[in-house]
Amino acid sequence: MSIELGDVENIAHLARLDLTGKEKEEAASSMSNILNLIDQMQSVNTDDVAPLAHAFDTAQRLREDKVTETDQRDELQKIAPEAEDGLFLVPKVIE
Amino acid sequence: MIELGLAALSRALADGEFSSVELTQAYLQQIAQENSDLNAYVTVCEELALSQARAADEARSQGNAGPLTGIPIAHKDLFCTQGIRTACGSKMLDNFIAPYNATVVENFIKAGSVTLGKTNMDEFAMGSSNETSFYGPVKNPWDRSLVPGGSSGGSAAAVAARLCAGATATDTGGSIRQPASFTGITGLKPTYGRVSRWGMVAFASSLDQAGTMTQSAEDAAMMLNVMAGLDLKDSTSSDTAAEDYTKDLDKPLAGLKIGIPTQHFSEGLNADVEKCIREAIAEFEKLGATVKEVSLDNSHLSVSAYYVIAPAEASANLSRYDGVRYGYRCKDPVNLEDMYKRTRSEGFGTEVKRRIMVGTYALSAGYYDAYYIKAQKIRRLIKNDFQKAFEEVDVIMGPTSPHTAFAIGSKNDDPVTMYLEDIYTIAVNLAGLPGMSIPAGLVNGLPVGLQIVGKDFAEAQLLNVAHKFQQATDWHEKSPVK
Amino acid sequence: MEWETVIGLEVHVQLATASKLFSGTSTEFGAQPNTKANIYDLAMPGTLPVLNAEALRMAVKFGLAIDAEIGKTSVFDRKNYFYPDLPKGYQTSQLDFPTVGKGQLVIDIEDGSQRTIGVTRAHMEEDAGKSLHEDFHGKTGIDLNRAGTPLLEIVSEPDLRNAREAVAYLKKLHSIILYLGISDGDMSQGSMRCDANVSVRPKGTTELGNRTEIKNINSFRFVEKAINIEVQRQIDIIEDGGKIVQETRLYDADKNETRSMRSKEVANDYRYFPEPDLLPIVIDDAYIESVRATLPELPDIKKQRFQDQYALSEYDAMILSSDLSTADYFEEVAKACGDAKLSANWVMGDLQASLNKYEISISENPISSEALAGLIKRIKDNTISSKIAKTVFEAMLAGEGDADSIIESKGLKQVTDTGAIEKMVDEVIANNPAQVQQFKEGKEQVIGFFVGQIMKASQGKANPAQVNQLLKEKLSSKKK
Repeated sequence: MSIELGDVENIAHLARLDLTGKEKEEAASSMSNILNLIDQMQSVNTDDVAPLAHAFDTAQRLREDKVTETDQRDELQKIAPEAEDGLFLVPKVIE
Repeated sequence: MIELGLAALSRALADGEFSSVELTQAYLQQIAQENSDLNAYVTVCEELALSQARAADEARSQGNAGPLTGIPIAHKDLFCTQGIRTACGSKMLDNFIAPYNATVVENFIKAGSVTLGKTNMDEFAMGSSNETSFYGPVKNPWDRSLVPGGSSGGSAAAVAARLCAGATATDTGGSIRQPASFTGITGLKPTYGRVSRWGMVAFASSLDQAGTMTQSAEDAAMMLNVMAGLDLKDSTSSDTAAEDYTKDLDKPLAGLKIGIPTQHFSEGLNADVEKCIREAIAEFEKLGATVKEVSLDNSHLSVSAYYVIAPAEASANLSRYDGVRYGYRCKDPVNLEDMYKRTRSEGFGTEVKRRIMVGTYALSAGYYDAYYIKAQKIRRLIKNDFQKAFEEVDVIMGPTSPHTAFAIGSKNDDPVTMYLEDIYTIAVNLAGLPGMSIPAGLVNGLPVGLQIVGKDFAEAQLLNVAHKFQQATDWHEKSPVK
Repeated sequence: MEWETVIGLEVHVQLATASKLFSGTSTEFGAQPNTKANIYDLAMPGTLPVLNAEALRMAVKFGLAIDAEIGKTSVFDRKNYFYPDLPKGYQTSQLDFPTVGKGQLVIDIEDGSQRTIGVTRAHMEEDAGKSLHEDFHGKTGIDLNRAGTPLLEIVSEPDLRNAREAVAYLKKLHSIILYLGISDGDMSQGSMRCDANVSVRPKGTTELGNRTEIKNINSFRFVEKAINIEVQRQIDIIEDGGKIVQETRLYDADKNETRSMRSKEVANDYRYFPEPDLLPIVIDDAYIESVRATLPELPDIKKQRFQDQYALSEYDAMILSSDLSTADYFEEVAKACGDAKLSANWVMGDLQASLNKYEISISENPISSEALAGLIKRIKDNTISSKIAKTVFEAMLAGEGDADSIIESKGLKQVTDTGAIEKMVDEVIANNPAQVQQFKEGKEQVIGFFVGQIMKASQGKANPAQVNQLLKEKLSSKKK
């Protein structure tokens, strides 16, 4: 499986990464190598195998519906890149 | 005193041979001397450490000391530490002062331990050499031109260079065991779910597990006693009761059944390393264990499956680093998309971006079944292999890594070469099992690690097996510190 | 050509839990920005989700109410996309294994008929925060208070055939949700939000046309308007030889138009995969039965019972049962006064009119069910006429006391003394010879004039039945 520059650009956009021309080429080549490694999986027939998402077969624990958190806004916004009037600010979102 | 292991230090503190403040000062002094070259710590918490040490001595004087009280330890820099930078080896979090403590950190605070600082690591734990860190590579204390392994290279180097009594670390595909092997220390990756992941910056959620890096198995047992247990804040934390992991340390090994996977002794394994491992296994036979070959038929596919599952999970786990609420944001973004793209491109290093790309690709429309679902199916086959093997044996042993530590900069050309570093360790994470690496010899003056894999939640047994070996041998006492 | 409209609705309902879906932060509405957003809600590194038991219980309760398959094992997935109001960069949702599977809903159409509409699924997911576009030096402000509030997304089959049916579906859904107490269902505050998938096709064909998804429809009225305007837009395009572009459109209520939205994600590739931080939710029969035991009597059952038990018409029963508070109030009034028909008339008539006029809900209604029953009792025992009752009702609404004290203090008690009424009748007959003459000539409807005059003279207090009777007797005797 080899990755073309166009694929790299699509994936980079999905992942919100901005790659330079050189980085794209490097990515295309290293990703192709990685996919060759990954493609070794295809050598085994797994038609009758169920996917395993978690190592152990256990069920989700539930949390009681209780409010346990208090207002920490001022503390938490100290580390925000940009905040004003209690809001996080970002470049204008155009709907 | 800093040459002593954690268990010995605990006894010395209890006997009043020295105080925690004295011990802490000794470590701080050693760190001041060594760290600028080794680069094991990215943050040293001198003031905090000394105040915790004073509090520990005070508690001890009032009769309120536990085994870990006053013991100076270090945390891998992906455990959130309230008020202290938690950077995860990344420029993205270089300015991130964590607003809360990880459960692991909280547990050590409750135990009265002293936090010396935060250790260097591969960026977001993605790497096997500690070279992907934003803070630069860590040097191997045995030979400073070599890597310490990764991703927990800082914790490994700190323990090996006696810059702390023990360190926390994490292991997603070998990140505790491989650096432990390269630096001649004891590394324990517990069963998935044994130690809480709350407050541990995520790499691959279904594989990440916190563990210990120490001089010996006994030290590891003492640390695990503090770390293990159910945490309701982590849905994947196990409700299997935690034990006193020191209680079985001295159990005789007579009758122990050791499995040797043929696949872990195949081509690619350095002959001298193999010799060390075979000798170590022979030592176990002397201790009364029996050895038989087992087959892990699909182990050759573990790296392939891992490099789908881990990047896929990581690609989503790292989406939160967007420059909106914390962490790095690029300068003067012209619009939202520019902010996202430049923040993430400037904030993440090459390897992290590569894995995000691979994970995004594996999950994208048209490839999901061929990659992600396929990898999950392989994951089940790998787990089944272990289950089958464990019907016949108690533990599985083999080399942790195919070779000893390699030179800094020698494996950076092709990521796949680096990925294959974890060929013996990765399957253990996919199956969720506990694994250890213990020192088992030296090749050309460099440490070799023996990997021991156990059944689900068999940490006590693993530690017992490792401890008995360490009682019979002195490989774990070999130190690069003159 | 004749066109057929095909509509499917995706309704997001905010579940009325105290805390968020995966964190212990309050879901309170209207708080200061970001004061209800803590470390998990802000997606701080290292934080992890734990599922709220109450959200699960509410989802299952809804599933049972619409007779749906309940997923014994349901799974959360990550839906990946970047948006500033989505802190983790993925929404935790359910794709392949939702908690609620196929179910159905019976809708009541205005002509009195009913239709069964399929519900494809209902799944739990997290709400996003809010982007505030007011000007912050040309920037957008992000408030994450709402981020992580539990939502139940209820997806219908494309079974709806016109805008009115869509509204009927939405109203029935709203009614059930309020009956179950799983949401306040307030569309104006966004606790219930509706997206509509709309397409048209030539009548008689079965293949679905290209559909558009209309977002941001936040009232029952707008659902009807938005769908109608979109259907017309699509028909116009097709009839002009054009094609419908499959896209997301935004309804603009001010302009009454839909317009294409700039897509959030150009190539909508959400890269769903199972959420590794959460384990499968496994529920057993005992759990399902324990939830079933908490189900209230649902609107359709209640409607039938109202018809059977109180002999109400189907229409009255439907109106009264569609809202739980109204239904409960009606039953209390009916039981206290012993006359279901009169109770129904008052609740649907004067009471509802007043509530509408003052824009208050039945739960804020100042007249208790006991008080209304007290008024109805006085109508039944002839203390007051229905007409006077309206005056008393107005006074009650104004807070002047209960029916008895108002009747007493205003002297509204009906005159039932035959002697007094006879005197008034005699006076009116004596004073209006012209009308008496008309009556004699066979113009019997003139009797209404006499009744009016007597009611006026008695200030409405004369018993109308007695007045009628006496008038008829006396006038008829004049005929002879």
